[in-house]
Amino acid sequence: MSGWNRKDLLAIGDLSAEEITLVLDTARAFKGVGERSLKKVPALRGKTLVNFFVEPSTRTRLSFELAAMRLSADVVNMEATASSLRKGESLKDTALNLEALHADIIVLRHSSPGSSHFLASRLESSIINAGDGAHEHPTQGLLDVFTMREKLGGLKGLKVAIVGDILFSRVARSNIAALNKLGAEVILVGPSTLVPKVFGKLGVKVVHRIDDVLESCDVINLLRIQHERQRREYFPGIGEYIALFGLTKARADRLKPGCLVMHPGPINRGVEVDSDVADGERSVILEQVTNGLAVRMAVLYLCSGGAPLQPAKPSREVSR
Amino acid sequence: MQDKDNTTLAMDADAIRKAIRRIAHEIVERNPDPSTLVVAGIPTRGVEIARLIVSHIEQIEGAKPELGVVDVSMHRDDLATRGRLTAVETTYLPVDLDGRPMVIVDDVLFTGRSCRAALDAISSFGRPSCIQYAVLVDRGHRELPIRADYVGKNLPTAREEKIRVRFESIDAVPDSVRIVRAPL
Repeated sequence: MSGWNRKDLLAIGDLSAEEITLVLDTARAFKGVGERSLKKVPALRGKTLVNFFVEPSTRTRLSFELAAMRLSADVVNMEATASSLRKGESLKDTALNLEALHADIIVLRHSSPGSSHFLASRLESSIINAGDGAHEHPTQGLLDVFTMREKLGGLKGLKVAIVGDILFSRVARSNIAALNKLGAEVILVGPSTLVPKVFGKLGVKVVHRIDDVLESCDVINLLRIQHERQRREYFPGIGEYIALFGLTKARADRLKPGCLVMHPGPINRGVEVDSDVADGERSVILEQVTNGLAVRMAVLYLCSGGAPLQPAKPSREVSR
Repeated sequence: MQDKDNTTLAMDADAIRKAIRRIAHEIVERNPDPSTLVVAGIPTRGVEIARLIVSHIEQIEGAKPELGVVDVSMHRDDLATRGRLTAVETTYLPVDLDGRPMVIVDDVLFTGRSCRAALDAISSFGRPSCIQYAVLVDRGHRELPIRADYVGKNLPTAREEKIRVRFESIDAVPDSVRIVRAPL
């Protein structure tokens, strides 16, 4: 019998297809909470969640904060600029202090890949990875597949194109892991500097022309060009990137009927995607935001339960 | 009669069917206008029993109550100690609950904590005029001041024992209620 008994969510790469599906099913139930008149359930009452963001973020932090509030947890936000990390305190010491204050859940965003694994193996608290460098951003990957499944019915056999800055993208890595496990076909699209051939080893197709995938894909997921991680030499200029890889109005018209246009945000309007397309009828960009809240509620709920020491029991026969 | 697998059959398919039909009659007796009634099951097997109750009431009275689902897992107070978690079902209540009588349905009444959670869940959707509680089996050992209005069968049990309810439509084995003895 499938079930969940993890305290942490660190990477989709760690999860089985059954665990991913369990999160998606649970998220569907939590999406319903947002549609009630009373948008709050008591599942995490008395728990404390710390949003520990060493890298800046607005939507992910806000989404985790709202998710925790809707589950009745108490939330504290902590940002690197306003913390003792600036005084040279190590990540581990800062986190141990959070644990000494009885933080039950720590949501960590950090620029170093593996930072959430590092904390998870040293702390009793639940650690939720909200993005670790260019490694993974598991809740983004889960909300993307949740949106695809909800809109298109299932994932098996879907052709999903991920376009743009794959090299630096944790969103891409989490998406690839989730889509591979759920049986979708992934096609990475971008200049060879940003989508090196080595990605083929992850079991995905690599192409270097967006025009090759427009007519055949069921989903086109556009990643943000990360100016803050870019060095100049990856492509000659924004103008050339738009000409070769931007989802312009003309290109969007060639997408097949029902194809979803996705973007993890924040959008560079007129770069990865034209404004008209981002706001157009194929776009599910804002639904991704709504679904992200439901997925994060599901993740917080699942990681707060499941005392790992107890043997698995069929749910009906546990105490009623 | 104890079977080889350490279980005792407490109700067979026929007994379950008769108990659910009797509950439907009792509900009709106490709720003269079934068309205003909402019958909501607690997943998984409470939903199946609620479905059967609704179809019996329709046969008896010719009017069909609304069928709903009340998920209680988000409203329980023991999340951290529940062991392996399974997916949360979606609460589905097709009508505005305000002012309507409601019956919540579950398979086994044990500690009463599911019922408390269900009452809590319902209160975030609306304010029914009254809430009644129907269970297929009451096995005793309450931890809260809760009792059922409609009981299919009272089954005295030891605390260590379990009650296993199976439905053909969900479990692909014949409908049955079994007492699972505690391992020796």
